[in-house]
Amino acid sequence: MTAYLLKRLAIAIATLVLASIVVFAVLEILPGDPARLMLGLNASADQVELLRNQMGLNAPLALRYLHWAGGLLSLDFGRSYTYSVPVIDLVRERLAVSLPLALIALALSTIIAIPVGLFSASRRGRAGDTVAMGAAQLGVAVPNFWFALMLIYVFAVWLRLVPAGGFPGWSAGVWPALKSLLLPAVALALPQAAILARVTRSALIEVLNEDYIRTARAKGLPHRAVLWRHALRNAMIPVLTILGLQFAFLLAGTIIIENVFYLPGLGRLVFQAITQRDLIVVESVVMLLVAAVIAVNLLVDLSYAVVDPRLRSRQ
Amino acid sequence: MSLLDIENLSLTIGDTQILKGVELSVAPGEVMGLVGESGSGKSMTALAVMQLLPHAARATGRVTFDGIDILAATEDQMCALRGDDIGMVFQEPMTALNPVKTIGEQVAEGIRWHTRASRAEAEDRARKMLDRVGLPEAKFPMSRYPHELSGGQRQRVVIAIACALKPKLLIADEPTTALDVVLQAQILDLLRDLVAESRMGLLLISHDLAVVIEMADRITILRHGEVMEAGDTARTLSEQLHPYTRQLAQASMHVPARARPHGIETARPLLEVEGVTRDYPGRRTSLFKRAPTIRAVDDVSLSMAPGQSVALVGRSGCGKSTLARMILALDRPSSGTIRFRDETITGKSEAELKPARRDMQVVFQDPYGSFDPRQKVEKLVAEPLHVLEKKPTSAERREMVAHALHEVGLGISDLDKYPHEFSGGQRQRLSIARAIITRPKLVVADEPVSALDVSIRAQILDLFAELNQKLGIAYLFITHDLTVARAITDEVLVMHDGKIVERGKTSEVLDHPQSEAAKALVTAAPDLHRAIAKRLREQG
Repeated sequence: MTAYLLKRLAIAIATLVLASIVVFAVLEILPGDPARLMLGLNASADQVELLRNQMGLNAPLALRYLHWAGGLLSLDFGRSYTYSVPVIDLVRERLAVSLPLALIALALSTIIAIPVGLFSASRRGRAGDTVAMGAAQLGVAVPNFWFALMLIYVFAVWLRLVPAGGFPGWSAGVWPALKSLLLPAVALALPQAAILARVTRSALIEVLNEDYIRTARAKGLPHRAVLWRHALRNAMIPVLTILGLQFAFLLAGTIIIENVFYLPGLGRLVFQAITQRDLIVVESVVMLLVAAVIAVNLLVDLSYAVVDPRLRSRQ
Repeated sequence: MSLLDIENLSLTIGDTQILKGVELSVAPGEVMGLVGESGSGKSMTALAVMQLLPHAARATGRVTFDGIDILAATEDQMCALRGDDIGMVFQEPMTALNPVKTIGEQVAEGIRWHTRASRAEAEDRARKMLDRVGLPEAKFPMSRYPHELSGGQRQRVVIAIACALKPKLLIADEPTTALDVVLQAQILDLLRDLVAESRMGLLLISHDLAVVIEMADRITILRHGEVMEAGDTARTLSEQLHPYTRQLAQASMHVPARARPHGIETARPLLEVEGVTRDYPGRRTSLFKRAPTIRAVDDVSLSMAPGQSVALVGRSGCGKSTLARMILALDRPSSGTIRFRDETITGKSEAELKPARRDMQVVFQDPYGSFDPRQKVEKLVAEPLHVLEKKPTSAERREMVAHALHEVGLGISDLDKYPHEFSGGQRQRLSIARAIITRPKLVVADEPVSALDVSIRAQILDLFAELNQKLGIAYLFITHDLTVARAITDEVLVMHDGKIVERGKTSEVLDHPQSEAAKALVTAAPDLHRAIAKRLREQG
């Protein structure tokens, strides 16, 4: 078990280092000089050169990488070119929206998907299964912003239960803040739940054909007990894999939903930073996301070992 | 009064008739043997009793267990019966247990479910049951997971699950088919004791006549879903009134006709294995530590003459397949040398091995898994031709494949078929055609008939014998089945724990085994003659 943990951890760290080199290199190769961008088109070459020196853009590449990577480790992400504030402050502010949003959406998606998957798998080929999987098909096909618009129309415009958009900030109280995250979370969760339900169903159906399911039935367990006690845990590995991927998507891939609901999230920050060539913000956020994805993957790997004893005893 | 009564049971799945008017009964304390070849409906009969049939199956007739009409019972009633009054043991112990639950949980689960006992109480009973089936606490704590146990141990756990609540009827569907003979004998002993202890009825399903005769009081012989013959075991088998019974019995004891093998003394050995050892690194127990290395093959030497047929017998895990892989140059020995046709093949590169590969081929156990299902026979059988010096033209290739098919008893019309269009026996013929197409001098056959029904097995053994006579191919048969060794080989090598512990003429070794390992194999191996004689003696 410890060997398994250490190996996974070592792989995670190596991936992180490699990813940081790639992120740094890609943004170096991209055209566009941040110094010129900040000073505008009318600045003289001398002024630009001065600013480049100030910003450390003229130092050798390797040195700049080390400086940047060292900064990341101490959470010093540098200063935004456009906002002239520390990047960490920008990121922290946005994470306060994006992280809860992603977590709520993930929880919703799991809560919807697993029971639907169980229901469908246990009624394979019957009417209930067809209806549930038809709905899931629809959920995968329909884009989430359309869900978002429908949700706004029903719950905000018509029923007036929640605000149609905007984020009051956590300082306005937990409930109002949560309330404004509710609709976006549902809009994000529905398509993810549809995918997850399909994965759960097919994993369960595969497991239900295994010999040990027959052994469990021969013990006299009714269908429901077999499903929950024997099939579900064995079907968890593909489900966990998809959950890990979905978390990464939910954390960063939410630009459209953030725009629909006017949420000041991470996605919008990156989008704005890219259009303004605020490379230091882009780099920082991308690295943050990479770190989050790697951490989640590590967590998924560990949960495999929790689910499956065979992985624990292997190296 | 019978415990289980099956009357006029018919079963259809879709439009296919699986069972036709099956009649069968089991009394308390009685062992009923249900015999038949694959597809005869044995397992479906068992599943009908358990009501665990596939969804599309429709059963008619009458199945009465202990006064309960099974076919009319509700799912709730069946749940109450299954695992409590009727236990079931399955064929494949490697996959019959849930990999993510401990063996203790799996045995205790049924006890808790049926008796509403507390967790501690159920675990206590589960512990006693595991002790009973030969898995003592000291070596097999309840916290073990299935993957930490061997096949035979797992089958004991499955039996513990099935017998935990002292069922009135135990159904065992090929409980020992996946195990080697020594384990088989142990598991059968265990089942026999459990039956005697609690007057449990046992419905024993098997394709192996010898096993059933040793165990069963009465037998029922099934073919294509119909009962061919039923009655007292000893009488049915000694009289062999029904032609199908006779056919089964003869096929089980079939020995192919073989003339004396040619030129053993004069020729230079075809294959020489000298002091070959194969070590596998131990499993890593932590980052810096490994378990000691595992010696799969330990200082083995042997030699085979051209055209000679040799059996390599031993229990599962004794290293026989590892040795075969090294002879086929699919694995490298840790030390020692292997010479084939006076040429050292150990340590050679793949290109240098090409001429040797032409002269050695292999036939595997599973005729289903060893063909790509999306390719046609012509291409599949022609696979080994790439080792030829000169690439044959497509016309030549077709000609060679047609010739090979003819030699194994298949026709030219089979060239353009896909593997799924063939039965198990025909597929094994295809494997053999593929093996002989390069005119090899040595064929290594790894349990080539153990997946086949007895009548098909007899035909395939005949084919092996015929090709040995006609083409002078030497065989190395790897098997745990002594009847196969006896039927088709001149010499036998007994392997145990990686070493060859006994060797000699097949009949001598099998009739007068000297080493402990050989004795164990011979005593455990079911033998039809011996079993019938014993039955008749018992009944006077």
